Amino acid sequence: MSAPLLELNEVTMQFGGLKCVSELSLKIDEGELVGLIGPNGAGKTTAFNMITGVYRPTLGAITFAGKSVVGHRPYKITARGIARTFQNIRLFSSLTVFDNVRTACNMHLRHGILYALTRGPKFAEEETEIEKRVVELLDIFGLAGERDSLCKSLPYGDQRRLEIVRALATRPKLLLLDEPAAGMNPTEKVELMKLIRFTQEKFGCAVLLVEHDMKVVMGICQRINVLDYGRKIAEGTPAEIRANPKVIAAYLGKEEHDA
Amino acid sequence: MGGRSKLVLILVLVASAIASHILSGGAEPHIPALNPYYYDVLIGIGINIILASGLNLVNGYTGQFSLGHAGFMAAGAYASSWLTLSYGYVLGVGSWATTTAFLIALMLGGIVAALAGLIVGVPSLRLKGDYLAIVTLGFNEIIKGVIQNADAVGAQRGLGGMVQHTTFFWTFAFAAITVYVVVSLVNSTYGRGFLAVRDDEIAAEAMGINTTKYKVLAFVLGAFFAGIAGGLYAHYKQFIHPEGFNFMKSVDVVVMVILGGMGSTAGVCVAAVLLTILPELLRYVAHIESLPEWLRHVAENRMIIYSLLLIILMLTRPQGLFGAVNLKKKRA
Repeated sequence: MSAPLLELNEVTMQFGGLKCVSELSLKIDEGELVGLIGPNGAGKTTAFNMITGVYRPTLGAITFAGKSVVGHRPYKITARGIARTFQNIRLFSSLTVFDNVRTACNMHLRHGILYALTRGPKFAEEETEIEKRVVELLDIFGLAGERDSLCKSLPYGDQRRLEIVRALATRPKLLLLDEPAAGMNPTEKVELMKLIRFTQEKFGCAVLLVEHDMKVVMGICQRINVLDYGRKIAEGTPAEIRANPKVIAAYLGKEEHDA
Repeated sequence: MGGRSKLVLILVLVASAIASHILSGGAEPHIPALNPYYYDVLIGIGINIILASGLNLVNGYTGQFSLGHAGFMAAGAYASSWLTLSYGYVLGVGSWATTTAFLIALMLGGIVAALAGLIVGVPSLRLKGDYLAIVTLGFNEIIKGVIQNADAVGAQRGLGGMVQHTTFFWTFAFAAITVYVVVSLVNSTYGRGFLAVRDDEIAAEAMGINTTKYKVLAFVLGAFFAGIAGGLYAHYKQFIHPEGFNFMKSVDVVVMVILGGMGSTAGVCVAAVLLTILPELLRYVAHIESLPEWLRHVAENRMIIYSLLLIILMLTRPQGLFGAVNLKKKRA
């Protein structure tokens, strides 16, 4: 078997006396759709922040495509092929839908500042290329009609979708989605599930999904990891997780036997 | 898209060359045909456009808060003056030689200011908002303090004796170049990085944008143009003094940026024009004989009226004069 795309090896994140994540090990293979669940405060977003370089883990190793990403700045990690969305939407609020996605193409630019200033044919060629790519992406996700609207004027569900589009514009090998279903109604959630599966198939990228909504997670993930108080308590297929007593205990509390 | 803005730049350059020729009365380039007072105001407008659109890149587009723009202007003014005063003769005395020497001096001024901008750009990586404003303000005072104690450039006596090289043409040529650079940068995919840093730094990093590079670049470019503006100013007024580059001068430029609308180059240029003319206009009103005595007295307190107008404008249009223009354009 080939090496996993992303591997976390006994990663610990400690803030002062508080261990948010302890000895977390996790593997994601290429093209796999993996869920990461756990009750509030279990350390899911912290795990995300460590993978994307926002935090530097206190201990442990994170390797992506065979190379360590620990200690790298977030933009470099993105350039290596990990893109993410945010739990509370972080779009570039003063920019249009088109520009939000265009900005994510920034790192693929072959030409630098001088080309932007001299505006020669090469510059025009590259800008047209980027425009084509952005429009294509927006089209796939049904946002082409909103191309020139300000992103903050979009409905909530569209904003979530736009975040995914923006992340995909960086051409990731691994897409991290942080609670994409938060605040969505049941219809939107069904749409979202389709969208995530579609993304995984169409763009061939692996997806790590943090989500509270069990229907979404159980519905689309191939494998699920469960965190509780920063520790991994279970791993397996949706069916296995559903039946795991530890998971049930973490979510519902332990059964108490009355006398 | 690329061709049009370049064409506009060339047109503006040609227009200012012609205007400069007419204004200067042709053969004698440094004796303007126009009333020297108006000429002075025009040059002031050009210099302020350079200062304000350069600062707009830092404060408006990149969302940093610099309060030290006059410091960069001072660095450029003194560096270029030092060069023309010490080595201005090296290339000879002909008009081409002195003009070349002047342009080299302007570039040196810009580069020295850009280096200063690089130094200030570094704390901007760790500080935000008010804290960054205080650091840049402090840096402005440091530059001023260094000049006040540098005997080689006249210290507290000021520095004079520069030849008046700055003409209408050079002022507006550099103003046009500054505006062109800022506009073509922020409208390119490369330059959208500045706006991304302003809107959300964490998201910008996550989208593969090196926020450090963009912040420092904004400071360096803004400072470079402030240095050019300083060089133009020094070679127009022919006398510079450290007190001319104090905190109040920085505030003047910040006011232009805020009033014009952060991140709107058109607005900032209009504000630069208005705020250069307004105090002079009030001065003029105070001397119109036919106006009633009390009105002239009121107009005499022009700085108070100027401040009041600013307050009223900010209360009625907090987004600045042209704050919404760019947004509307995007929707069209």
